[in-house]
Amino acid sequence: MTGFVEHLPILTIVIPLFSAFTILVAGWFNKKSCIFIFWLTLTAQFIMSFIILRRVLIHGPIHYWLGGWKPPWGIELVVDSLNAYILIILLFLSLACAIYSKSNIEHELPGKRVSFYTLFQLLIAGLCGVTLTGDIFNMFVFIEIFSISAYALIAARGKIALKASFTYLILGSIGTCFFILGIGCLYSVTGSLNIHDLSLLLPPFYGNKVVKAAFVFFIVGLSIKMALFPFHTWLPDAHAFAPAEISAMLSGIMIEISTYAFIRVSFSVFTLEFLKLLPVFDILCWVAVAAILMGSVMAITQVNLKRMLAYSSVANMGYIMLAVGISLSAVESPWGGLNPALMHIANHALMKGCLFLAAGAFIYKANLWHITEFRGLARKMPYTCAAFVLAAISMIGIPPSAGFVSKLYIILASIEIKNYFFVAVLLISSLLNLVYFWRVIETMYMKHEEGGHSSHGSHGMREEIPLGMLIPILLLSSLCIVMGIVWLGKIPIPILDQVNLMFGLGKVP
Amino acid sequence: MILTVESIKPALALACPLIAALLILLSNRRPNLRESWTLIAGLFQFAIILSMAPMILRAQTIEYTLLTGMLPGINFGFKVDAFGLMFAMTSSFLWIIVSIFSIGYMRALQEHAQTRYYFCFALAIFGAVGVALSGNLITMYVFYEILTISTYPLVVHEESPEALFAGRKYLAYLLTSGVFLLAAIALDYSVSGTTDFNPGGHLTLASASRPFLMILFLLFLLGFMKAAYIPCHSWLPTAMVAPTPVSALLHAVAVVKAGVFGIVRIVCYVYGTDTMGELGLGVMLASFAAVTMIGASLFAIAQDNLKKRLAYSTISQLSYIIFGVALLSPMGVTGAMIHIPLHGFMKITLFLCAGSILVASGKKNISEMAGIGRRMPVTMFAFTVGAFGMCGMPATAGFISKWFLGLGALQNGNLIFLAVLLISSLLDVVYFFPIVYTAFFGNAEGMDSNWKGSKRIKEAPLFMIIPLSITALFSIIFYFPNPVSEALLHMANLALSH
Amino acid sequence: MTEWLISEIFAKYNYWISILLMLIGFYAVITKENLVKKIIGLNIFQTAIFLFYISLGVVKKGTAPIVSDETILKGYQYVNPLPHVLILTAIVVAVATTAVALSLIIRLYEEYGTIEESEILEAIKKEGR
Repeated sequence: MTGFVEHLPILTIVIPLFSAFTILVAGWFNKKSCIFIFWLTLTAQFIMSFIILRRVLIHGPIHYWLGGWKPPWGIELVVDSLNAYILIILLFLSLACAIYSKSNIEHELPGKRVSFYTLFQLLIAGLCGVTLTGDIFNMFVFIEIFSISAYALIAARGKIALKASFTYLILGSIGTCFFILGIGCLYSVTGSLNIHDLSLLLPPFYGNKVVKAAFVFFIVGLSIKMALFPFHTWLPDAHAFAPAEISAMLSGIMIEISTYAFIRVSFSVFTLEFLKLLPVFDILCWVAVAAILMGSVMAITQVNLKRMLAYSSVANMGYIMLAVGISLSAVESPWGGLNPALMHIANHALMKGCLFLAAGAFIYKANLWHITEFRGLARKMPYTCAAFVLAAISMIGIPPSAGFVSKLYIILASIEIKNYFFVAVLLISSLLNLVYFWRVIETMYMKHEEGGHSSHGSHGMREEIPLGMLIPILLLSSLCIVMGIVWLGKIPIPILDQVNLMFGLGKVP
Repeated sequence: MILTVESIKPALALACPLIAALLILLSNRRPNLRESWTLIAGLFQFAIILSMAPMILRAQTIEYTLLTGMLPGINFGFKVDAFGLMFAMTSSFLWIIVSIFSIGYMRALQEHAQTRYYFCFALAIFGAVGVALSGNLITMYVFYEILTISTYPLVVHEESPEALFAGRKYLAYLLTSGVFLLAAIALDYSVSGTTDFNPGGHLTLASASRPFLMILFLLFLLGFMKAAYIPCHSWLPTAMVAPTPVSALLHAVAVVKAGVFGIVRIVCYVYGTDTMGELGLGVMLASFAAVTMIGASLFAIAQDNLKKRLAYSTISQLSYIIFGVALLSPMGVTGAMIHIPLHGFMKITLFLCAGSILVASGKKNISEMAGIGRRMPVTMFAFTVGAFGMCGMPATAGFISKWFLGLGALQNGNLIFLAVLLISSLLDVVYFFPIVYTAFFGNAEGMDSNWKGSKRIKEAPLFMIIPLSITALFSIIFYFPNPVSEALLHMANLALSH
Repeated sequence: MTEWLISEIFAKYNYWISILLMLIGFYAVITKENLVKKIIGLNIFQTAIFLFYISLGVVKKGTAPIVSDETILKGYQYVNPLPHVLILTAIVVAVATTAVALSLIIRLYEEYGTIEESEILEAIKKEGR
């Protein structure tokens, strides 16, 4: 049985790859079969991810050698607690989006179902690949796989989405180019591509300029992919005009996977000693602060709901990177090391996933894009609006929601390093979140449709979305609150503690 | 020596309104069932809270932990002491009263979105009682924010532009203050490693530098903006656009008292009176409160809208409580603590009267109320009781708390503070007496003509009259020696014992 | 100083060339209005990186890494084959990206009748949303 579990990492990548082509072929014969193949694959993957996590927590990391070739020559898949944790988040959100997509895609992209599911499946395969691989060049290839699928998926709606996708393509390609440039620099110094091998070979070269340059290339490349503040320009349009479930995937998990890649490169390839040589993480904190403020302020100025949410994602990437930035200095405590960052990755996936799916529901039902058009929506779509409110409350960080816990942890970590400026920024940004989310909530609940004041007191017409779309939204929104309590109960903290232990973080200096 | 007892009762007391909220949502289409859920939950909650009283009176505290080790050294849990129980008892008892009143009020005015109203009301009580029973600051913060969010839909209930504006102002003030509170809690936790409430406090001069402690106190003060002290008071009069029962319970009892309750917790249970005195924060806070007491009374004189005048009166009265604890003397603290329930009963009487006047006659302004006392004698008699109580006249409950506050000022040895107290009481008379006078002795002619086809104004429905009579009765009963008021005083004395 | 500079440039001319190419490509991506030219710029950028990789693998007087009895006997040196293999993968990826980009351009042309970026942006602005 253990032998089978050893094979699960590669199966998590290969099964969706095959499934993508199966969907394409099966779609020729029967269009309806696509969605079922897709669901089946995702469910299988989701179950596998839990088995992997359990295995990793009990027996330690899984090393899988592709084709039996020994690393550093062969490609290796390494699953430790960090990527097992990310994998679960990734597949959970994918599953929610997949359930949602059935009704929505029939409506939104009627003729393109087969190609949509093929690409969606490829996107998930790419994301799983980035998460599980233990080889840095392999990581680049998977980044490109999910990026190319994402370019096509973003463009699916046509018109303005085409332009958005094109902009993302140009910037995304440049980002990955920087990434391979970094790989090239490391290869020229060490002659290895295996992440674990690199971390062993690199330490003698830490003073080397090429190694430092490589690190900077990685940072720049991945910052573009994760839309960190000065490189965020592609994000708002791309996330706003993609189909709803793709927006949710993009904002909820894709940019987080780039953050994961960043964490992997910084801590697994370069290790802690190198990061302490350069002030990069200190600079990163300030960039993240700029991202938080800038993203929040820009979100306030938006009238298009999905664009607003997209800018909010920019701000949230700032939160995550700020948490990563202070991870070096925070001492041993529940909020030490990478805990707040990883926690917010999970929470942001839930919250943003829910918000984008809800925004998609408004478009699905009444083609509503602009916040001003939402008057009286709460009467028509009470469940969707309630879910939106819960997720928004979590974004603002009202206790006991999930967003509150990650905010609290980042604040406590900032206090730990005696940087009260970061505390102030975090608190101000939660007020800014309040401004832009409350505007939406107020319009939905408290304002009436023009000329519709007569509906005062009566319930009007219910126009809820189909159950298949409603269930994922309600599930995600209730998790926004439940996860807050789960985090406060510290149930997933042991996983994160293992990550810190692995990277040597969160110890008393 | 205070004994600690483990009991699930605090959690049960909180579960009542939460379950009620869900049931209310489910019985959306059946008003009778919906409102009976509210009443049943209220009765259950009050019974559970009351059942904790004997233990508290035996000088025990009740603890219950929901999540252990939420943060190192902090549990998510409840700790019921005498002070918390006083607030919880007040809130839950008045919830029943106001629910009965609400049924009459909402039905008489045929208000819309009643399910939302009762749902949010139950959640708000959940928040308020949670604040009362919390064992540490972080638990309290959770309920404090739930209270803010759940009362927003009640404030904007009318959904008019004016109400929306009030709602925005409400959230802007209260959530900003929530942010300050969170910062303060995080800082407190980082220096002391705990946020538990202990009589005598957990912060000492050894915890951190003096300026740090003073700034921290300021942050805490900003965090409890719900106490509506000047200059952070203006959300409260604006929020008076809410339906009257909301103004009654939330803006005379639950919300604003949660703010004052928090300040008392900070002064007595986080800093401790000794540390406060050494830092010189007591005098500062007392001056702050004195300005509000007198300033708000002056504002109140200028209001013609009855509810707004009551709101300013609330602002002024809340500062009596802050003033009482800021005196840092045992008598002052006792006075402050018993003023929380006593003021609750008196002010709710006044608000309920305002509500029943609105329902019966449609009048909001004091100038239009000439002679209304002859048409609505029960209501106006109750109003008079409440108003006399506010002024601290003997034979009403208000006299007791003022008496203790006065003694506290003397114990503090600062005669200026005593003078402030007296001036402020005088001002209370100035703005309350004219209302009573016009209502009973004003010229009633022509007041019926512009009301519903010149029908003669009558008393409001019984659903409204009974609750306000009960609270008025209590406002008198508390003055006379009886087991309830003795228990209250005993609790206030116990609250500070180690 | 100048000597050092010259030796630095000439000894490592392969890197300088790829950096130059990269900058040319980057320039095109940023400044060109025409979407196809942008893609050409992107391709130049990618090619520069490919060349950088390939020049990494060069061993002076090395031959193609084909192992046979003859090469072993004569003790030939091989160039490092791994960068070539990596770049083969990267080229495939780059071609795929280009294909997606070109198809996007075709769709953009169908929608807006132009492939000038500023005109497309103007059309989008007129459309609103």
